[in-house]
Amino acid sequence: MSDVTTGSEWEVVVGLEVHVELRTATKLFCSCPNSFGDVPNTNVCPVCLGLPGSLPVLNSRAVEMAATVGLALNARVQPSRFHRKNYFYPDMPKDYQISQYDLPICAAGWLDLPDGHRVGVERAHLEEDTGKSTHLGGGGRLHGSDGSLVDYNRAGVPLVEVVSAPDIRSAEQARSYVAELRSILVATGVSDGRMEEGSLRVDANVSVRRRGGTLGTRCEIKNLNSLRSLGRAIEHDAARQVAVVESGRQVSQETRHWNEEGGHTVPLRSKEEAFDYRYFPEPDLVPVEPPGELLDRLASEMPPLPAERRRRLIDLASEGRQPSRAAEDQVATVVDLGLDDLVLGAASRGASTRLALARAANEAATDPSAARGLSVESFAKLVSMEDSGRLSATQAKAVLARMLGEGGSPEQIAASLGYEALDPSQLSAAVETVLATNGAEWQRFVDGDEKVAGFFVGQVMRVTGGKADGRAVRQVLAQRRLDSLAP
Amino acid sequence: MLQSMAERISVEQVAHVARLSRLRLTGEELERFASQMAAVLDHAADVASLDLEQVLPTSHPLPLVNVLRADQPGPTLSQQEVLAAAPEAVDGRFSVPSILAEAP
Ligand SMILES: [Zn+2]
Repeated sequence: MSDVTTGSEWEVVVGLEVHVELRTATKLFCSCPNSFGDVPNTNVCPVCLGLPGSLPVLNSRAVEMAATVGLALNARVQPSRFHRKNYFYPDMPKDYQISQYDLPICAAGWLDLPDGHRVGVERAHLEEDTGKSTHLGGGGRLHGSDGSLVDYNRAGVPLVEVVSAPDIRSAEQARSYVAELRSILVATGVSDGRMEEGSLRVDANVSVRRRGGTLGTRCEIKNLNSLRSLGRAIEHDAARQVAVVESGRQVSQETRHWNEEGGHTVPLRSKEEAFDYRYFPEPDLVPVEPPGELLDRLASEMPPLPAERRRRLIDLASEGRQPSRAAEDQVATVVDLGLDDLVLGAASRGASTRLALARAANEAATDPSAARGLSVESFAKLVSMEDSGRLSATQAKAVLARMLGEGGSPEQIAASLGYEALDPSQLSAAVETVLATNGAEWQRFVDGDEKVAGFFVGQVMRVTGGKADGRAVRQVLAQRRLDSLAP
Repeated sequence: MLQSMAERISVEQVAHVARLSRLRLTGEELERFASQMAAVLDHAADVASLDLEQVLPTSHPLPLVNVLRADQPGPTLSQQEVLAAAPEAVDGRFSVPSILAEAP
């Protein structure tokens, strides 16, 4: 995808608000289960239903997770308090949402993108999620709805809202930021990172300006349920805003809804007073001040973050040389899917890092959850079998697919698939058979045409039913040529 | 500074707050609440006239922080109990009037 503003006098300026559902066992202010996909309105109690006389009590685990997010984003974790954000909307039965306003729990951090660009994180605060509305009837999901059905199982689920500075300059960077943030949230165990299920929801503040000029009016885009939507929506709305300004009009500050099917944004109708939230301090909750000992413990429990894990794998795979773009992509995939321990484990058992990386990034990545369940020993054994020529590349991939699908050791699977390695005499015999019927090609090879080797490998594969190892065939061919040239 | 608040609470402001709170007030009520709200603000102005140089701002009267609970699931209401308060329910959910804009 190329950005509309690439190479033009226009620059797009993006800030992102990412809402992260925390993977606690219970809600933020009550002991209802925090669980996705249950029977509607069964994880509900007087507190999250907003019944009179009920009182909220803060979940300690949610505080720890929010502080962990802050530490992972290089933010200051500080004394904070809660406010009520008042609005009449049926997704919150209390008619207010408990959020943090002037004193968020985390402030002034940053996130470094894989390309080295640093994005400021202005704040990350705790708040409760709203209930889930299903819009009925009418001509669309929002407009003209006849009514809505509300399930309060999600109302009160803990969220951390991570607010970036307007430091993002392209759709590509926006996707990269969310992908990196998601990796960090998954690595620290605070989120399952599932955008499709709404565990991670992104709003984008988008404006355009002439390069180096003053900031333009921004629009907030909602309903971005995937990295793809995020990128497309930013591209589209930046182009729309440029067209508005170039036609002599002004961009109006508004909230817009991304229409995925139509590939465009539409303004959301809203009543003019809807944004008067009348924030005031939540009288039923006392301030929360994460103590230094807690922060020390959380910092000591912090797992290696994706950037460090990528660096570790790149160092190992590149062996001191400049890593190739392909290797970097493989490393990014493997770390993103949480398969780096598998590769590192295989490497520490003597398997080829390069080959382990390739099998993890290409084949294992097709079923990441099964791949994360593979034993390091089995994966290392598979890679070593391919590396030694005991299995051809094609065979190794088939064995790995079976390991992912049904489990089992690579030796047993190879045997059950009939992947018995050819012994040297069988291999030589197969090579001789092929050479005997392809004299002209053989002569070209003897004369130094290395490209013909590939042809011979293919022929040997054919007569052996794919059991031969390509590298072993090349070795036999090279030896055979040496022999034929000997005096 | 706050002394002049009494004159500064307009009927329009009361009407705005009433609209936010989904209250339908008559013209006579708007007038009455405007003067009553002004009186409340006058009282705040009395407090502001004290010398509070040495008093830290506070959002809570209790000298407490970090009142927390363990992340342990507890009892919930049944769906039937939850929906008992719903004017109308469909498929186990609260049925509510149409919504024009997304939640903030
Ligand atoms: Zn509850």
